[in-house]
Amino acid sequence: MKASTLIVALLTGVLFGFGLAYSSMVKPEVVLSFLRFEDFGLLFVLGGAVVVTAIAYWVLPRIMAGPVLGGAFGRHPSEMALRTMGGAVLFGVGWGLSGVCPGPALAGLGVGNWPLLIAILGMFAGAYLQGLLASVRSPANPGVAH
Amino acid sequence: MTMQQFFPNGIETYLVGGLLMGVSVSFAFAMSGLVTGMSTVFSSTWSFVSRLEFFRQDRFVSSRGWRLALAIGLVLGAALFLVTAAHRATFQTQVPWWRLAVGGFIAGFGARMSNGCTSGHGICGIGSFQIPSILAVVIFVATAIVTAQLVAAFGGA
Repeated sequence: MKASTLIVALLTGVLFGFGLAYSSMVKPEVVLSFLRFEDFGLLFVLGGAVVVTAIAYWVLPRIMAGPVLGGAFGRHPSEMALRTMGGAVLFGVGWGLSGVCPGPALAGLGVGNWPLLIAILGMFAGAYLQGLLASVRSPANPGVAH
Repeated sequence: MTMQQFFPNGIETYLVGGLLMGVSVSFAFAMSGLVTGMSTVFSSTWSFVSRLEFFRQDRFVSSRGWRLALAIGLVLGAALFLVTAAHRATFQTQVPWWRLAVGGFIAGFGARMSNGCTSGHGICGIGSFQIPSILAVVIFVATAIVTAQLVAAFGGA
């Protein structure tokens, strides 16, 4: 792994975490107030982030041969599959129960929201079980089919 | 219905925060081509300690370093906001611990099964106009709304 990749990722996280805190997404109560139709502000968080990202994802590969520091432009691996949608059903249930999703769970620690450590441990445990079950289902070919 | 009813806290902090997040995702893409969904770190970090074949896939092992750096950055960035904000009060959630634990567990499992969360599908997936991600977002927002409304109906804060 190149050191420049680590530095880029760190800086990306800093700005993303700052944005999550600025938009108060590090407060599960604010996320829950969206889900209960009390404050629709979250739509502007997602909308603002998506518009900028969509422009960058669309324009940059058309005007640049590759990323500034080398390598290739990645793409989010999005698969039209039952597991994508089934996982989304579960993810929503967990998100709606706790008001916490992966980014804000981590960023929340930065504003001293220590109870979110519980959610983070839960996420690591849930991700482990997912990997364990995926291994059991397709032990001969763990990386590809499922 | 009025603006005040839909947006009791205004829209400015939400929009500015979201734009900053978009700039951050764009920065990672422009500099190193990285697509920065936030849930994969919960799988890729297991590759440091687990012997399970699943976690030893190249997509986890080859990205685990920068994903961990990204996660550390999230904490630092939010801390930076705390020390630069006008109101320097820390914030602690009142959501009961069992909902954080159970909700975190289900969200972690589901995000990894779906291969994306609010940032992976929501920002990176929609941002690249991918239909499966758009569908996934519609689905998880719907089940999250139902869950949160049920919790509220049963007296949860």
